[in-house]
Amino acid sequence: MNAPVKGLGPAGISRRQMLVISAVGAGGAMLVGCSPMDLLSVGADESHFGPFGPFLRIAPDGAVTVVSKHIEFGQGNHAGLAAMVAEELDADWDKVTVVQAGADTKIYANLGMGVQGTGGSSAIANSWPQLRAVGAATRAMFVTAAANRWNVPAGEIMVKNSVVSHPSGKSATFGELVADAARVAPPKTPVLKDSKSFTLIGTSRVRRKDVGLKSRGEARFTQDVHLQNMLTAMVAHSPRFGGKVKSFDTAEARRVPGVVDVFQIPTGVAVTAANTYAARQGRDALKVEWDDSKAEKRGSDAILVSYKALASDQVKPSGDLKWQAFDIHGAGAAPAGGKVVEASFDFPYLAHATMEPMNCVAEIGGGKHKLTFGSQIPSVDQLNTAMIVGALPGSVEIETLFAGGSYGRRANFKSDYVTECVHVAKHVGGGRPVKLVWTREDDMTAGYYRPLVHHAVKVTLDADGYPAHWRHRIVTQSIMKGSPMGGGGLDESAVEGAKGSPYLKATPVVDGQVMLPDGGVPVLWWRSVGATHTAFVMEHMVDQLARAAGKDPVEYRRALYAKAGADRHLAVLNLAVEKAGPDVTLGFTRGVAVHESFGTLVAQVAEVKLVGGQPRVGRVVTAVDCGIAISPDQIASQMEGGTCYGLSAALYGRITLKDGVVEQKNFDEYRVLRMTEAPTVETYIVPSAKAPSGVGEPGTPVIGPAVANALLAMTGKPTSSLPLVKA
Amino acid sequence: MAKTLEINGKSVSVEASPDTPLLWVLRDELRLTGTKYGCGIAQCGACTVHLNGAAIRSCQMPIGVLDGAKITTIEGLQGLHPLQAAWIEADVPQCGYCQSGQIMSAAALLADKPHPTDADIDAAMNGNICRCGCYQRIRVAIKAAAADAVAHPVDA
Repeated sequence: MNAPVKGLGPAGISRRQMLVISAVGAGGAMLVGCSPMDLLSVGADESHFGPFGPFLRIAPDGAVTVVSKHIEFGQGNHAGLAAMVAEELDADWDKVTVVQAGADTKIYANLGMGVQGTGGSSAIANSWPQLRAVGAATRAMFVTAAANRWNVPAGEIMVKNSVVSHPSGKSATFGELVADAARVAPPKTPVLKDSKSFTLIGTSRVRRKDVGLKSRGEARFTQDVHLQNMLTAMVAHSPRFGGKVKSFDTAEARRVPGVVDVFQIPTGVAVTAANTYAARQGRDALKVEWDDSKAEKRGSDAILVSYKALASDQVKPSGDLKWQAFDIHGAGAAPAGGKVVEASFDFPYLAHATMEPMNCVAEIGGGKHKLTFGSQIPSVDQLNTAMIVGALPGSVEIETLFAGGSYGRRANFKSDYVTECVHVAKHVGGGRPVKLVWTREDDMTAGYYRPLVHHAVKVTLDADGYPAHWRHRIVTQSIMKGSPMGGGGLDESAVEGAKGSPYLKATPVVDGQVMLPDGGVPVLWWRSVGATHTAFVMEHMVDQLARAAGKDPVEYRRALYAKAGADRHLAVLNLAVEKAGPDVTLGFTRGVAVHESFGTLVAQVAEVKLVGGQPRVGRVVTAVDCGIAISPDQIASQMEGGTCYGLSAALYGRITLKDGVVEQKNFDEYRVLRMTEAPTVETYIVPSAKAPSGVGEPGTPVIGPAVANALLAMTGKPTSSLPLVKA
Repeated sequence: MAKTLEINGKSVSVEASPDTPLLWVLRDELRLTGTKYGCGIAQCGACTVHLNGAAIRSCQMPIGVLDGAKITTIEGLQGLHPLQAAWIEADVPQCGYCQSGQIMSAAALLADKPHPTDADIDAAMNGNICRCGCYQRIRVAIKAAAADAVAHPVDA
């Protein structure tokens, strides 16, 4: 049996929460009793798929095409998804191609979410049973077709590299058999291979299918869409979150050659133009006065101060604000005379800063509502579009393209930039294509950041130096609250990683609580979500505890994992330590960290030195347990990339607000990791027979604490706030 | 005023105001969309092309100063450039959005220094941001392309 799929949803949203969105978003009570998948599909074209179903096409020449219900924005899932089909089908991998599915909530639902969407490192995990069954069923259809044609028992037939054969010497390619196979009824319960007999999955042959396109500049992104008669739009936004247009003067903007129109939409003032540069010049020439009466006007420093005051009980929460338990167990006071370690941690807002700024193409009117862009949660983008244009969600057509990164940004339940584009295109009307382009500055200042977070932790050690009593307070803004999924319960995304930590399991008395004050800064999941801060706090705290206890950090973790029964944590730690070996690179100091997110465990041994007073990371030995490794190459790639993304944030990442205005507008002010600062990541995979879990996010949160732990070992000073490089 | 440029070996006449960045001429007018917009202020390198053989950021290069210039974009690399072959071999790209710029920076580097050191690679590539963090594989691919050029010289 497959292991339960953990951490599904765009970053840890439960299925139950996901199901809520359609009911709330599409009108509430009237929908009771209907399946959300059915509802979101209302209005969809009758889909006509081929004989092998919606996930697989086999052409008369035998070419095998796998249809991916998940978007590809770097994480490599298309390779893994195709490999699942190809493995069970025994297709010639070299000739398998992947295409992107359109929007269809019912057919292409993420089985962990209940709607079509990619997130929570779930693409591979939720597709594992589904796509293997597609491959196995189709293989059986070919076997039956061959058995009938050759009049031999089906049990004697073999399939290899898209060729069906029989020991008598008869053989036929998929192409030669496909017409017959198409007429065979697929088996109701296709027989899957034993993982021991895999010949493709787990091998170095499972590599990306899109590298050629992406190395020749031929991959098609939203930014590259040019349609007949298309307008390019830019929008002037309020400098403060929650600001509204008070008045605007279009005269100068209209004088810019190429500008077609200027008009107000709910999020600001839109300029449409013949091309991108004209749109930019027109937008820059606009004069807009903003009404800030309801805008967020606090600075990020003031917000942090308020969080600290709440965490330290200096300020009593007002209104509905209250502490919510995420882990309270055991009873009794901290042991008298026990050593006390107290620490606090501040985490800034973080922008996702994808290489491709947010953008979308919409054609609205004349009976058409079509979106062309990198849609991460098509079902939600359909729904939000439908509500603006007055159509049935399923009738909103979405052509999903490659996206230039997401890291959580495109999984937005308000479909922020999408609905902005839809409003512009609706105003333009007639189905005329409109490409909404955000500049880097628009993108970086638009919000939907990883929230500001404060942790306050106080641990009392027992006589042996292990935690006896752990008090933990987290104050942050809820990602879920205010979204259609905010059910009023505990926002798991704010505490995941602290909640469920083996260190808390190993502690007899735990008092872990979270408080989620409202705020005007839009916040969102950011690659690895809660783990972006909880992994840092738990892993850096444990090194501080080990230090207070006079114990080696690796041995200290092993002891805690033993107490918690955390065998998989122990195994990744041991593998990373073993592969790192005893010899530290000259001039470097090592730090270790381990964290589980989205069902995948990652341990890292990072070597760090100071260059000009700033941390520089060299070798990073990574061990990962993600169940069955479908593509070792892409797992390594995600560990390398996730490490860079996490390291970039730990070293430099910081969005600040002054009087409510975002201070970082481009890469000159929002520093990110570059070539000279990139570590060398070695990846080792724990052998496993468990069902696969994701790797897109789990490689991100571990490097930060590993570096902080190395700095602690080097300097004796703990880290209490990120980023590490302040200037 | 029309400007005449040589783009990817072809003479091209462009009607655009002189301050128009080359990037938008390439992308919007000529539909050479392999060159990407990333920041608009020469900080990310996604828009890198070659001007008379040197790597430049096309987002900051006004068309008005380019009369008669020779421009090469990712679409203009000859055949499958050894770097592109190395990129494919090393499975470099993730989201892929920055890769045209990365390859164009690397191509200018190799044209100038066929056997780059790590320091050369750092210097040439530090202006190209990859948010997916493919840096390690980019370095591997550049070295592989350089080594391949040694193993299989063009005139051999």
